[in-house]
Amino acid sequence: MHELGIAANIIEIAINSIPADLKNMPVEKINLKLGKFSSVVPESLRFCFETLIPGTCLEGTELSIEEVPITAKCKECNFQWVVPEPVFICKKCGSGLIDIISGRELDVFSIEVADN
Amino acid sequence: MEIKVVKKVLDANNEIAMQNRKMFSENKVFTVNMMSSPGSGKTSILEQTLSMITPEIKPAVIVGDICTANDALRIAATGTPSVQINTDEFGGDCHIGAQFIKKAAAELDIENIDLLIIENIGNLVCPAEFDMGENLRVVVLSVTEGEDKPVKYPLMFRVCDAVLLNKTDLLPHLDYKIEETLKNIKMINHEIPVFQMSAKTGEGFQGWMDWLYLLL
Repeated sequence: MHELGIAANIIEIAINSIPADLKNMPVEKINLKLGKFSSVVPESLRFCFETLIPGTCLEGTELSIEEVPITAKCKECNFQWVVPEPVFICKKCGSGLIDIISGRELDVFSIEVADN
Repeated sequence: MEIKVVKKVLDANNEIAMQNRKMFSENKVFTVNMMSSPGSGKTSILEQTLSMITPEIKPAVIVGDICTANDALRIAATGTPSVQINTDEFGGDCHIGAQFIKKAAAELDIENIDLLIIENIGNLVCPAEFDMGENLRVVVLSVTEGEDKPVKYPLMFRVCDAVLLNKTDLLPHLDYKIEETLKNIKMINHEIPVFQMSAKTGEGFQGWMDWLYLLL
């Protein structure tokens, strides 16, 4: 529901990450890692991004979203698995003592700037 | 040319949250972020909690709403210092960001507060994502909502430290299967304590208050 603000943050981070010597070159792509356990919907985020970029130096930039699955690790038997549905119980030993080790990402991983 | 950035999109919020946490800690203020869907009884729980709280503890409340000061007026009637945050008069944000808390806390006599409860905006999705600098997160769920709420909103039930299961006085009139709810909560967060309570009658509040006192 807050994808517009998130899109604005992504744009700000991307613009601030363009190296000084490439300031006039087009940014071809922003690579974003988005965890499945974040409350951000990729389609909505892409829509908001497209809405905000006209008139900025990111006009024409692609927002590439890599969805990161939810990975859990059992604190008791160390078993690690990808969580396909909201059940945080160890598939191996049945323990409920679980750490979430991935799936909360909302990170701008890199930007790709044209260099020729 | 690919340029590595590796920056968290919520860093701007998280940095302010860290400043808030430091400021609260320096002033020995214990902060609770109370979240829920709209209408689950957060304000009623606050009223009941504030009426029962031991006199040695000085509480204050920050009330977040998209619109209106109705909840803040109810809190003010208890004699507790409170600050209202409206995210927008006509629509507004879906959560309270750390910057709102920073601003609201500046309006409170923070040196003379032991317990600050933040009543978040009614929403089980977005507030789960935003750190405000709090010490504790609680989610309120009421028995007039579905038993499957925890599995529909897993992030919220995963990030919280306790569940306040409200409106239990209505159970005789409902087909609500409370065991089903408790099972669903355990599937998401095995370790989380669940306090069954009625803000209307006060039943079950002592357990929640005793648990809270242990943390202060």
